Amino acid sequence: MIKIGVPSKGRLMEKTFDWFGARGVTLRLSGAEREYAGQVDGIDGVELVLLSAGEIPRELAAGRIHLGVTGSDLVREKLADWPSQVAELAPLGFGHADLIIAVPVAWIDVDTVDDLDAAAAAFRRTHGFRLRIATKYHRLVRDFLTTHGVADYQLVDSQGATEGTVKNLTAEAIADITSSGETLRANHLKILSDALIHSSQAVLFLSHRADWPAEDRAALAQLADKLGVDLPATAPQV
Amino acid sequence: MRKTGLERATSDRLAAWFTEQGATLVEADILLPAETLLDLYGEDIRARAYMTLDPVQGEMMLRPDFTVPVVQQHMAGGADPAIYAYSGPVFRKQDHAGDRPSEYHQAGIEIFRRDQPEESDARVFALIAEVLAEHGLALRPVTGDIGILMAAVRGLATTDRRKEALLRHIWRPQRFRALLDRFSGRAPMPAARRHLLDRLTQGSPADLIAQAGTFTGLRSEAEIAARAEALILDAQTPPLHAPEAALLYDLLSLQAPSRAALGHLRGIAPMLPAITPSVDRFEARLDALSAHGIDTQTLPFEASHGRTSLEYYDGFVFSFHAEDPALPPVASGGRYDALTAVLGQGKSIPAVGGVIRAGLLARLTGEHS
Repeated sequence: MIKIGVPSKGRLMEKTFDWFGARGVTLRLSGAEREYAGQVDGIDGVELVLLSAGEIPRELAAGRIHLGVTGSDLVREKLADWPSQVAELAPLGFGHADLIIAVPVAWIDVDTVDDLDAAAAAFRRTHGFRLRIATKYHRLVRDFLTTHGVADYQLVDSQGATEGTVKNLTAEAIADITSSGETLRANHLKILSDALIHSSQAVLFLSHRADWPAEDRAALAQLADKLGVDLPATAPQV
Repeated sequence: MRKTGLERATSDRLAAWFTEQGATLVEADILLPAETLLDLYGEDIRARAYMTLDPVQGEMMLRPDFTVPVVQQHMAGGADPAIYAYSGPVFRKQDHAGDRPSEYHQAGIEIFRRDQPEESDARVFALIAEVLAEHGLALRPVTGDIGILMAAVRGLATTDRRKEALLRHIWRPQRFRALLDRFSGRAPMPAARRHLLDRLTQGSPADLIAQAGTFTGLRSEAEIAARAEALILDAQTPPLHAPEAALLYDLLSLQAPSRAALGHLRGIAPMLPAITPSVDRFEARLDALSAHGIDTQTLPFEASHGRTSLEYYDGFVFSFHAEDPALPPVASGGRYDALTAVLGQGKSIPAVGGVIRAGLLARLTGEHS
């Protein structure tokens, strides 16, 4: 039985159900209201598992689910060397959001990552500590800033209301997901012009770590055919 | 399966050999307060070192190297001069699945001494070369000298601001190169910077900040205004003189046997006189190495060697490599005078050291015999 992990609530769940439904695979909630039980119709050998979107990368990496729908940002953030652990089967075309770096609008001297680096150097000299960037995307942001040769900064963890950290003086800049930029503007922040760290959307992932016995391989081939998805060469073959 | 017993025995034996050559054996905690290391290395170390939280002491780090704790011990009241040896495990996260261990033994030696720095450089290199040679391995040494690069940058005929920017990124070769390309006029001013400058010339910084919207954050108006003004001034700075820039590019790519490299540096020194004192030190080091039995006619020198972001070397640097380029260096080290000033709270002492990856040495020796 192939287990497919899908976000357990909200628009991500609905859009995922729509995407599969449009391709003849019906995913739906079963059981009582608020019960996290799901059912799959239109194909055999596939079981629906409802999970928090944030836990799906970990479940894929552990091989406890065979397939999973989650944000491409979450997989890159939570899984080290992610291509060795999972494969992208199909971008689903929804859940779009950009991971960006934003600074106060009053920073008239800062427009690019280059400027941020120079501002960080001066900030550290003046204040005696590294310029703080609040984020929950530690791996993605650190990799990006290292690649671009930014120094004299530190990441501070912020799991929510990240845009408020600058006003609260717990960070000088933020790195977060935004779709419309409204929350940023409301908090007097502007996006750096060249700091698009990752353009995220919902993606159907396959776990390299799950067991793929012959019957599951066959079911995968059938599912892929029905969904119109080309399996990558690294995927389990029939 | 890693042969940890063999690795530990090899590491301890190397340290014991260093003590026979006059070093004092020291120990260091495995669990270190994270703050000093984070402040020193920045965010990169968080990606590479194991962090943990102590309920009372706060953020702690599993020892990523011995240098920092050994320097701290020395600065807290070591003999002057002093030679230390050590042996034990260090811990580095590996972000890619592979056979690079995340826990491995290092044996090392550090010399703290105020006079004759070139003699100390040569001694550390020669001791490590000797003990590696005793294992019957033909390892390829590479040497460099970050002090020459720093002297060349300090001697450029440009603003202090530009020199500081280059010095700050000397350990980030790509970033350094991008800055040098811009300062020398080889790369055009990026469009984003041109637009930023256009906007900054529309009014006084105070007016522009007020127009931008509600002020938030700890970075003050004065700090923002200071950089805005500096950007406008910098845009009026003429590019580096072409011959001077050409010499710096030439220096960055210099790779030659040491004595030939010395000849080359002597050749360019009249045009870049600021490097002369550091070239003198380079020559004194080669003479000291020769006196220790190292063949400086063939010893490879690369001016850009050792410029990686996690390091703190500011003078002589060296490493020893196995044939397989996928393997990390078997041994590496260098001079880190500035680090002792950072950790010494006002005090400082010239220092040079090096480490051997004992497990890798044991493995290569086993394969060899």
